[in-house]
Amino acid sequence: MKFRALIPGVLLLLSIILASRLSPHFLDARYLLDTSTLYAEMGLLALAMTLVIISGNIDLSVGSIMVLVACLAAKFFEKGLGIPAVIFLSLIIGTSLGSLNGYLIAKLKLPSFLMTLGTMAIARGAAQAMMGPSSVKLPKAFTGLDQSLVLGLPWPLIIFLLCAVLIGILLHRTVFGRWVTGVGSNEKAALFSGVPVDRVKILVFGLSGLMAAGAALMMDSRYGVARHNFALGIELEAITVAVLGGAAIKGGEGTILGTTFALFLFMVIKTAMGVANVKPEYQLTAIGVLLILAVLAERLRREGR
Amino acid sequence: MRRNLAALFFIFTLFAVVGLYQPRFLAPSSLNSILLWMPIITVLALGQLLVVVSGGIDISIGSILGCSGIVVGLIVKEHPTLPVPVALGLGLLVGLVLGMVNAAIITWGKISPLIVTIGTLASFRGLCFLLSKGQQIDGSMIPDSLTSLARNGLTLGEITLSWLLILSLVGAGGFALAMFYYVGAKSLVAFGSNPSAAHLRGISGNAVTFWVYALCGAMAGLGGVMYAAKFGFVNPSSAGQGLELTVIAAVAIGGAKLTGGFGNVTGTLLGCFLLSSINVALSVMGVDANWQMLAYGAVILVAVLVDGLARREK
Amino acid sequence: MKQFSLLLLSSLFLYGCNSATETPTPGPSGAVEAKTKIVFIPKNTGNPYFNQVSAGFEKSAGALNLDYNTQAPATADATSQLPIIKDQIQQGVQVLVLASNSPDALNEVLDQAREKGVTVITVDSDLTGNESHRDLAVLQTDFSKVGPSQLELLAKTISYEGEFAILSATADAPNQNAWIAGMKEAMKDAKYAKMKLVETVYGDDEPQKSTTETESLLTKHPNLRGIISPTSVGLAAAAQVLENAGVYPGGPKVKGTGVVLTGLSTPNQMKKAIEKGVVTSFQLWDPADMGAIAAFLGKEMQNKKTIYKPGDTVEVPGYGKLSVGDKNVIFAGPLLTFDKANIAKYDF
Repeated sequence: MKFRALIPGVLLLLSIILASRLSPHFLDARYLLDTSTLYAEMGLLALAMTLVIISGNIDLSVGSIMVLVACLAAKFFEKGLGIPAVIFLSLIIGTSLGSLNGYLIAKLKLPSFLMTLGTMAIARGAAQAMMGPSSVKLPKAFTGLDQSLVLGLPWPLIIFLLCAVLIGILLHRTVFGRWVTGVGSNEKAALFSGVPVDRVKILVFGLSGLMAAGAALMMDSRYGVARHNFALGIELEAITVAVLGGAAIKGGEGTILGTTFALFLFMVIKTAMGVANVKPEYQLTAIGVLLILAVLAERLRREGR
Repeated sequence: MRRNLAALFFIFTLFAVVGLYQPRFLAPSSLNSILLWMPIITVLALGQLLVVVSGGIDISIGSILGCSGIVVGLIVKEHPTLPVPVALGLGLLVGLVLGMVNAAIITWGKISPLIVTIGTLASFRGLCFLLSKGQQIDGSMIPDSLTSLARNGLTLGEITLSWLLILSLVGAGGFALAMFYYVGAKSLVAFGSNPSAAHLRGISGNAVTFWVYALCGAMAGLGGVMYAAKFGFVNPSSAGQGLELTVIAAVAIGGAKLTGGFGNVTGTLLGCFLLSSINVALSVMGVDANWQMLAYGAVILVAVLVDGLARREK
Repeated sequence: MKQFSLLLLSSLFLYGCNSATETPTPGPSGAVEAKTKIVFIPKNTGNPYFNQVSAGFEKSAGALNLDYNTQAPATADATSQLPIIKDQIQQGVQVLVLASNSPDALNEVLDQAREKGVTVITVDSDLTGNESHRDLAVLQTDFSKVGPSQLELLAKTISYEGEFAILSATADAPNQNAWIAGMKEAMKDAKYAKMKLVETVYGDDEPQKSTTETESLLTKHPNLRGIISPTSVGLAAAAQVLENAGVYPGGPKVKGTGVVLTGLSTPNQMKKAIEKGVVTSFQLWDPADMGAIAAFLGKEMQNKKTIYKPGDTVEVPGYGKLSVGDKNVIFAGPLLTFDKANIAKYDF
């Protein structure tokens, strides 16, 4: 079981060695820590996505929910709400939107990719309709989370690692985690053995919405402005990271450790290519190919067993 | 059948409501722009229909369209006298090859089509840049013979049925005939509705899956040439971007069961017409473009929910 | 099997990285003077307009002894430029030239760059409202002249009479809005009294949307005489619409006088439309001028550790004396008008 996390782990190590040989500018702790703040938001989405995928589903709407919440939060600040109130409201809204996805998927027995494809367009569309082409500034007191350090580590990285530990415990050490895995590996069997399948789905998607809201607040703080066209395609990156980390798209298998390694692997690849002046469109191609190869490798691994 | 009537009803309501608000929406020029919007969506939707009926999905079509547009653009730039059918055939071929890449990975890798096409959505878009070296195919590089497909055609009074539209409708006719008579298409439907049962009846799932994605790619490739003909230029980053959402919405509205096993060409055509009309209506009414995404999302969601509710009743 | 999959992945990795390294060409450090490291970050990749700006940099890179490189994001959204800027700072770039996708989302990272001694210049698109976060802006041409001269270009062809509309990029594009405001201001002149601006629509610089918006302009305003599209994607799309509908002056389906189209675009994109008479004339500056001027001034500012002030005059080889205006803005080239007579002379 633990071996799954080993592949992305080894790849990560390998990529760091390669990257430091590729460019002398790469291996610089302060720079890498600073860069990690660019990926922490996507990391939060990927953690929840891992659970969603293990439960045999997929959530295409996380990026859109994230942007919608980010815009709503900025609007709340504009209306004069305080920081605690905005954080609270944002997390509630994100969780509700996610749970609604889960509810419809569970009750109407809809394939999750279709359902979330619809809500992906709706949430992004709602953000766009609400904001128009303009941006909303966030209050100074709320911004700059990515620039403040604790023990030398930037806040977003700490939040990500904390969430990884918590969700890791949830998945690997609790009954709920076993239920998620059960639903993903064999839904009928899980149902017969008394697992509340519908509730599991609602909770898993609720968690996805919660993480999206958290990521939204981090993004707001990092940019200092909110706009409807931020974080385009981030859901695809989160799926890529989860799958790269060994989450089996058929459901039932995956680890949080693997996803965490995969996030850093993703970051190292992008960053190394960036400092080596590789054009972004080649980075795009490379990540796409990597995703397919990761799934293929997983397939081969399983057949070789 | 009931779904087709529902789509027709939607269309009539749309025309009535928008026509009341802005009578110019009913003018021939407005109908012309709707009809010029349709061909590209239609060919893409026909390919997607096959995939959806087989129980899968292909979200890489926009990037395939881009690649085909770039390749054909680069070729006609060097050979401006290339006959139009050859250009169309080349586009079809490029799409077929890329579709086969999808098909091969999905069929023999036994990987979820969603994941594969998410990967190729990115990779094929990257390929657009690689092939074009980041350069746009400018208007002056695309010969008149090609762009005239969007300009000329059969005219009925002030309405122009462009060659592009006629081509896409002929394609639709071919698809419809095949769906009715060709045994392969029947096995497709059987496969989509119940893969294991189909297997017992001796239908090879692999062959069905492979050709479905290959054909979907080919249709997207054809769409690439149509894109070049309609817009007169092909940009490696914007050509076809985001079209997958429009197309899936069209197929969904057209009554195809998005979970596989059912779908018809007439419904898909109606879906394409409705979405083209919505697109033009929003702009004629001066609705902020910022609402368009919301409208598409709502269309998909309504179709999905109707699907789910209908199944629940059974 | 496990080993095999690992091997497969890692070999891809090696391959990807190796082929990647070939792209940049770090200059040999044999020169007498150390090369100045300069990067240009356009709005997006595959945009002919920015390719021409980059050509301006390339042209002057040799003479100025620059280590020049361009890195464009795949999509023109605000967030995609940010990682590129961070990576460039880390590489020790000395001059960062940026065509910003957002007037406000990059403030933080640009300040970080400047703290590290990087000279930050915006070209083409400024950080409107946040000018204090960059050192200098090199903008295309005297902004106050674009609106009036676009209007005059259209007015001449429709003999100062009739309805016209504007097809712009996005509703929040500062350049577009400044030019449109310029047109509206110029409309107050008595000679335009018989002209009427009926609508301004936004094509978001997307071909599909620009096409739909132009088509509905024709539908909504049957008496439309002219369209001004001060953006190249819009102008190209609108030209295709007029050609497809056949309603340009002299077109096959024209009723009355036809719809005159003008705007801003690079000449290569419009050569065919001019040849066929779909468009009579349009305008642009040479985008390469911005690149050449930004390259020269960037190096000057970096090496002399200076920041120009409004009112300063700078001598740029090939461009004479340029004056630094309000908010540290320098205007590059003159506005050129292209028509059937001269378009063949230009290649960009």
